Amino acid sequence: MSFFLETLITGLFAGLMYALVAIGFVLIYKASGVFNFAQGAMVFLAALAFVTLVEHGFPFWIAFLATAALMVVVAILVEALVLRPLRNRDSLTLFMATLGLSFVIDGTAQFFLGTDVHMLDLGIDDIAEDYAGILISHFDIVASLIVVTLVAVLAIVFSKTRMGVSLRAVADDTLAAQSIGIRLPVIWRIVWSVAGLVALVAGLLWGARQGVQFSLSLITLKALPVLIIGGFSSIPGAIAGGLIVGASEALADIYLGPLVNGSVSTWFAYILAVAFLLIRPAGLFGDRDIERV
Amino acid sequence: MSDLLQLRDVSLSFKGVKAVNALSFSVATGEICALIGPNGAGKSSLLNVINGVYRADTGDIVFNGARFGAIHPQKAALLGIGRTFQHNALFHRLTVRENVLAGLSRRGTATFLENIFRFGRDGAERRRFIDRADEIIAFLHLDRHAETVVSKLSYGMQKRVDLARALAAAPKLLLLDEPMAGMNQEEKQEMSRVIAEVNRSFGTTIVLIEHDVGIVLNLASHVVVLDYGRKVADGTPDEVRNNPDVIAAYLGTVH
Repeated sequence: MSFFLETLITGLFAGLMYALVAIGFVLIYKASGVFNFAQGAMVFLAALAFVTLVEHGFPFWIAFLATAALMVVVAILVEALVLRPLRNRDSLTLFMATLGLSFVIDGTAQFFLGTDVHMLDLGIDDIAEDYAGILISHFDIVASLIVVTLVAVLAIVFSKTRMGVSLRAVADDTLAAQSIGIRLPVIWRIVWSVAGLVALVAGLLWGARQGVQFSLSLITLKALPVLIIGGFSSIPGAIAGGLIVGASEALADIYLGPLVNGSVSTWFAYILAVAFLLIRPAGLFGDRDIERV
Repeated sequence: MSDLLQLRDVSLSFKGVKAVNALSFSVATGEICALIGPNGAGKSSLLNVINGVYRADTGDIVFNGARFGAIHPQKAALLGIGRTFQHNALFHRLTVRENVLAGLSRRGTATFLENIFRFGRDGAERRRFIDRADEIIAFLHLDRHAETVVSKLSYGMQKRVDLARALAAAPKLLLLDEPMAGMNQEEKQEMSRVIAEVNRSFGTTIVLIEHDVGIVLNLASHVVVLDYGRKVADGTPDEVRNNPDVIAAYLGTVH
């Protein structure tokens, strides 16, 4: 039983890490209705820039703030060079643009910062400790606290500030928001900046786990089932989706893996996502699109 | 009285079909101008051209002394053109007050960082905006619903919220796209009173689209009749009522 619990809990922690990545997608999807394929590249860029600064001897906070500033610059450039010229195009066009953008970001990052694999030490031990008979990694606990804090901050910004009202207004009805004078370019810059900061946090935590390397960029593919299950337009959905993927993956690996003689975790989430697409295509918390006929 | 809005030879077509055909008319400052005409006459398209949702193929629009061929909706809002929508385009997941506050957002001067960390101009501005929002909400008798999420309100109430949101920013010109659609006679009378009161109390110039000719001829001081994108008549309610072309194209029989 305790082994089952331990597997479940480890899986849930892993799920929060998935959720962290998925939140970045949700923010941009809500504000501009586009699945931002470049989110993974932004995670990679943030982690690579941060680790490079740290390796050059900059202290943690300086490196963190400098990378945060870089992500804001990226957001401003994306708005000016990609979103504005493609304004009023359909979401598939925007999606293809972000696909291209992911190559541009990956390529530029590696051109300037190199293709080496970097180890990233955040000073948090990744050693399992015994909590009431269950082994839990210290790193998992810290990481989940960071995720919870981040979500709380986002929730406050979106619900308690006037800017939050504008952000939600744009997410709800973009044309109406424009017609009452909400400045869409400003909203886009802010939302992409916030998604960039979420990518930075994700990049640090994932980078500390896996090392900072190009494969971080492929996190996009891991976020996809999370978003399909939780819904593209809901932050609680992203968290629920992340937890479901993390837990079911871990459990399937242990209990299903031996039956099929191999690792299940590489594909299990996708099977789960397909099942959700058949049963509940909008995801657990997503909006059902209602087409006006 | 000077003209707040002038349209000069405005044309708009969709894939070769002329929605608006070389149309010219003026709206005087402070008046209520009604656009009437059968379905497909180009009324909504015309409103969409005025606030920049559509771009006119040819022609000019003069608003408040400034001439433009095409304008962006957000720019139109900044210049003082507010509007409501035929199908309520409200922020359905926000409360009534939040919808009205969103309508005020372009009046904001505090920066994003001030908003988030609540320093500098944010505090005073927040109070000012909430007061202003509540003032509008009270004016439109929506007080009881201020904290209600819009999607839970009846259609008629939502129409009123749409009006409140547009009014919040104190527009010079207010475009109302079928503000009484889907209402019963009593609700129409009530909405008609509200619109007249907005016009009187705030001095807002109003251009509205409405199908109910009885209501329109009582409410408006100026009526423009469209058919197939062309202007059929333009004048006071009495002139329009007696215009033989209008009777042929739209009214059918003399009432």
